Amino acid sequence: MTVSPLAAWTDRLAALAPALDVTEVPFRSQLTVRVSDPDAIAAMGDALGVRFPAVPCTFSAGTGEFGAVEVLWLGPDEFLVTASPDLQVTIEEVLRGALQDVRGSVVDTSAQRTTVVLQGPRARDVLAHGCSVDLHPASAPRGTCVQTLLARTGIVLQVNDDGYTILVRSSFAEYFAAWLADAATEYLAVP
Amino acid sequence: MTHRTPTGGSIDRNTLLRFTFNGTEYTGHPGDTLASALLANGVHSIGTSVKLGRPRGVVAAGSEDPTSLVQVEAPFSEPMLLATTVELYDGLVARGLSGQGRLSAEPDPARYDAKHEHCDVLVVGAGPAGLVAALTAARAGARVVLVDEQNQAGGALLGVDEYLDDRPSAEWVADVVAELKSTPGVLVLERTTAFGMYQDGFVLALQKRTDHLGFAAPAAVARHRVWRIRTRQTVLATGAHERPVVFADNDRPGIMLASSARTFLHRYGVLPGSRAVVFTTNDSAYCAAIDLAESGVDIALIVDARAEAPARLSTECAARGIEVRAGQFVTGTEGSSRVEAVLVGDQRIACDTLLVSGGWNPVVSLFSQARGALRYDSELGAFVPGEELPTVRVAGSATGELDLTACTRQGRDAGAGAARAAGFTPGGQVPLPASDSRCTARSGLVLWRVPGSDDTSFVDLQRDSTVADVLRATGAGLRSLEHIKRYTTIGTAHDQGKTSGMIAAGIVAEALGVELGEQRPTTFRPPYTSVSFAALAGRDRGELHDPVRVTSIHPWHVEHGALFENVGQWKRPWYYPQPGEDLHTAVLRECRATRESVGLMDGSTLGKIDVQGQDAGKFLDMLYTNLMSTLKVGKIRYGVMCGVDGMVIDDGTVIRVGEERYLVTTTTGNAAKILDWMEEWLQTEWPHLDVHCTSVTEHWATIPLVGPRSRDVLAAVAPDLDVSNEAFEFMTWHDTTVAGVPARVCRISFSGELAYEINVTGWHGLTVWKALMEAGKPYGITPYGTETMHVLRAEKGYPIIGQETDATVTPQDLGMSWAVSKKKPDFIGKRSFARAENNRSDRKQLVGLLPVDPAVLLPEGSQIVETDRLPEPPVRMLGHVTSSYPSAALGRTFALALVRSGHDRIGETLYVPVEDALVPVTVTESVLYDKEGARRDG
Repeated sequence: MTVSPLAAWTDRLAALAPALDVTEVPFRSQLTVRVSDPDAIAAMGDALGVRFPAVPCTFSAGTGEFGAVEVLWLGPDEFLVTASPDLQVTIEEVLRGALQDVRGSVVDTSAQRTTVVLQGPRARDVLAHGCSVDLHPASAPRGTCVQTLLARTGIVLQVNDDGYTILVRSSFAEYFAAWLADAATEYLAVP
Repeated sequence: MTHRTPTGGSIDRNTLLRFTFNGTEYTGHPGDTLASALLANGVHSIGTSVKLGRPRGVVAAGSEDPTSLVQVEAPFSEPMLLATTVELYDGLVARGLSGQGRLSAEPDPARYDAKHEHCDVLVVGAGPAGLVAALTAARAGARVVLVDEQNQAGGALLGVDEYLDDRPSAEWVADVVAELKSTPGVLVLERTTAFGMYQDGFVLALQKRTDHLGFAAPAAVARHRVWRIRTRQTVLATGAHERPVVFADNDRPGIMLASSARTFLHRYGVLPGSRAVVFTTNDSAYCAAIDLAESGVDIALIVDARAEAPARLSTECAARGIEVRAGQFVTGTEGSSRVEAVLVGDQRIACDTLLVSGGWNPVVSLFSQARGALRYDSELGAFVPGEELPTVRVAGSATGELDLTACTRQGRDAGAGAARAAGFTPGGQVPLPASDSRCTARSGLVLWRVPGSDDTSFVDLQRDSTVADVLRATGAGLRSLEHIKRYTTIGTAHDQGKTSGMIAAGIVAEALGVELGEQRPTTFRPPYTSVSFAALAGRDRGELHDPVRVTSIHPWHVEHGALFENVGQWKRPWYYPQPGEDLHTAVLRECRATRESVGLMDGSTLGKIDVQGQDAGKFLDMLYTNLMSTLKVGKIRYGVMCGVDGMVIDDGTVIRVGEERYLVTTTTGNAAKILDWMEEWLQTEWPHLDVHCTSVTEHWATIPLVGPRSRDVLAAVAPDLDVSNEAFEFMTWHDTTVAGVPARVCRISFSGELAYEINVTGWHGLTVWKALMEAGKPYGITPYGTETMHVLRAEKGYPIIGQETDATVTPQDLGMSWAVSKKKPDFIGKRSFARAENNRSDRKQLVGLLPVDPAVLLPEGSQIVETDRLPEPPVRMLGHVTSSYPSAALGRTFALALVRSGHDRIGETLYVPVEDALVPVTVTESVLYDKEGARRDG
């Protein structure tokens, strides 16, 4: 049996609706990839059916053999591949195959962070209480992906069409949830 | 008797608010400040001065007021608020202060929070210049934030009854604000003070969101909010403050700035008194006098310090029967709790109010904080912005410009310039409103003080600092304004010298006989107005003060009554007391159970780093003191890391996962630091190495399963694993299935016992822990915490980084020369091992200590001395106790210690001062239990 980092928070997070729709999407497959060779990057993208993001602070999404896969740009030679649960072992093999003997690394980090989808009319307001990144659509269009701080925890933040996906370290997940519930207080009282 | 005008002012006369001041009940109206309501009730005396106990009143109408400090008692006790900035609400209870307030002993129940905001153009100040600037930028399409300190926009217009475009100025203001508020991308923040301006367009502003609601403030709404604004361009339209002139006894209640009296009249419908004398150096006070006269105040006299009074305004005064005397000065006042007479030359003029204007100080605080240079404007007698900044523009009276039309033109130019600089193209020009203002403050006389009794000529009314104090400072040889400020404390009160700083500078210049332009003004620093610590703390309090990191097994620990220890930000189980147990009895039980049968602990907090690449072995050989590249796949090695100084910084195990892949563990507290350390070497010194490091600390849950029966428990949950000593050797690992979950099991021991470390993903941690507890039931499996872990490892002489080490301890000092490679050509720290200092025989070395009395527990941190009697100080200290515990296995207490020449002292008796006694101890090797290592294989 598996237990996700925010399993105990489901009800408390659900109570933030409708101002804020918070859903933990647990057990996602996540792989940290370090690679800078363009051919290897292209080969990895081909294997997953999604082109790796070329622009810093963005993520790309695509569908292939492993269903919907996202690749997040985390640094000049660092990416995070995310996919549905239970694919991490196969994806790790496939990525290693694509990497061949080129300099780089592939590490299963699936349980390192948990995934939280944040939507609702107040999502941007609530994030603005703890995140210094400008999330105005003009500055952070769909496809934006940044590593930043939310209050006192590091997060990876993805901007979607209809909200945000946040990856938070498992040990910080409860702090993150507690902070989120607190930051939403005003928007629950004054919709 | 009311001092309220029959009509006028932006107050709601139909609603009555009751409030209590200094124990007396009064009434006021919505729209009042505490100060305006008190003045309307004829109360001028607010408190007494901090040092001299002299009565003090209300000098100004806004946040520049130096004197009207009050303590608000209800709804929540809060010290040091200005009556002029406290909006009146029903039930307000306050009292005047004597310079110092009192913090509440009760916790503040209100919410405080912060919010980040981003914009293209930030406009500070919603006076006429700021409004036009904001409108211009907003119409150009820029994202605009407009902040203003007041509860309504208008700035200086709020204090006059002038017309703009042939209609009351309030209507023009309302139209502009309405357009701004309805423009997408524009945020208008009222009751918001920009109090700090930093690099790169970072501005902090404090919004008072519910103070004005008093008892009706909703608990869920943050009372104060710190706005953390990042802007590309800024327009400072911060206005100007009127300044007084210093003369003898200038501090009595009833002595007020002329423009402030005018503000009280027009904004609040309050008359400052019945009979007033006006003392001015410029034109602007004439308008105050005329307005007040028209509202029924008897203006006894206008004393104009200039040689000639302005012709047109004098005529207007004459038409109203107001006498004007030019070339004269107010030389003193009389009165007790309020001014009763003003002395002009040798004439005594009875009055209850004295209005003073000494000119205007542009508010340049934020401009100065933004590192803008200031320039002395000798005509104005004030510092003005002296340069243009690439991202900061100043508009309106903050530049020293005091003509309304010129101010709005500056606002338009600044707004357009800021928008353009941010990449927007302003369209048509915003029309400037036509003003009917009669008074401007230009062509004034710069006058700091009227000679008189220096001891009662107050420069800083809040600090009770006088002209005499300033002259004492210059007389003592001080020349710098910064030094004089600190010597006299002028400008260091809540108001930061808004009305006194410039005058102090002027008096200093006169005293020193220098030009003010040659003087460097004192540095403006944040905050512009007082900000409470509660607001700065915001939500970072209570459970959100510092993140609490927990493992996947944490809920079980809580459920089973564990007490927790903070290790970095982690909560780790400390021990699991059973009913009636204290720390010692619980730990003795946990230790005994583990040594005699089986125990388990949550080791998930250990730092874990995946190291991959062709050069991974070479890299680890450089990081650790011992050799890692020779480790065979499937094997594990303990390793020590040193800094370049050869001192131990961390230790842990290295697992060889594959030919080009290792997994290293770090101590809990050093996980992030060691990853940074690795990255630093890779990125700065060895970029040629094909190595990548990835943190997997939280990917894995780690459970040490420890004790002679651990093999039986593991066998029960890992049916696929051959757990025999032959098949599963010490310091090897196997991937298998534990409790139906993929797991990596390592045979590692931090206790000397047969032990395994079970690693599964964090998602499975709780399940596997419970399965182990279940499988261990027949053996009385016992969960243990960090305290037991510490005892077990100490019995074996294993050091804890940060407890036995303190950045001055080498591996050799720890008795770990065996972990330092002699073969490797180089590794971090190696060179330092050759230093003479590192090879001194009298270094402090890790040893065990056994108190001669086996029941005595040495306090950790105790010093160690050589003799059984303390000699005269200084006493030579040989070292200190690093760890000390009672031991179930040893049946006695023991300790670890760092002792000078410790390895050579084994067998010696040393002494540990504990309170008044010297406790004799025997020095032993650091390994005290199972020296042969017989227990390792079960």
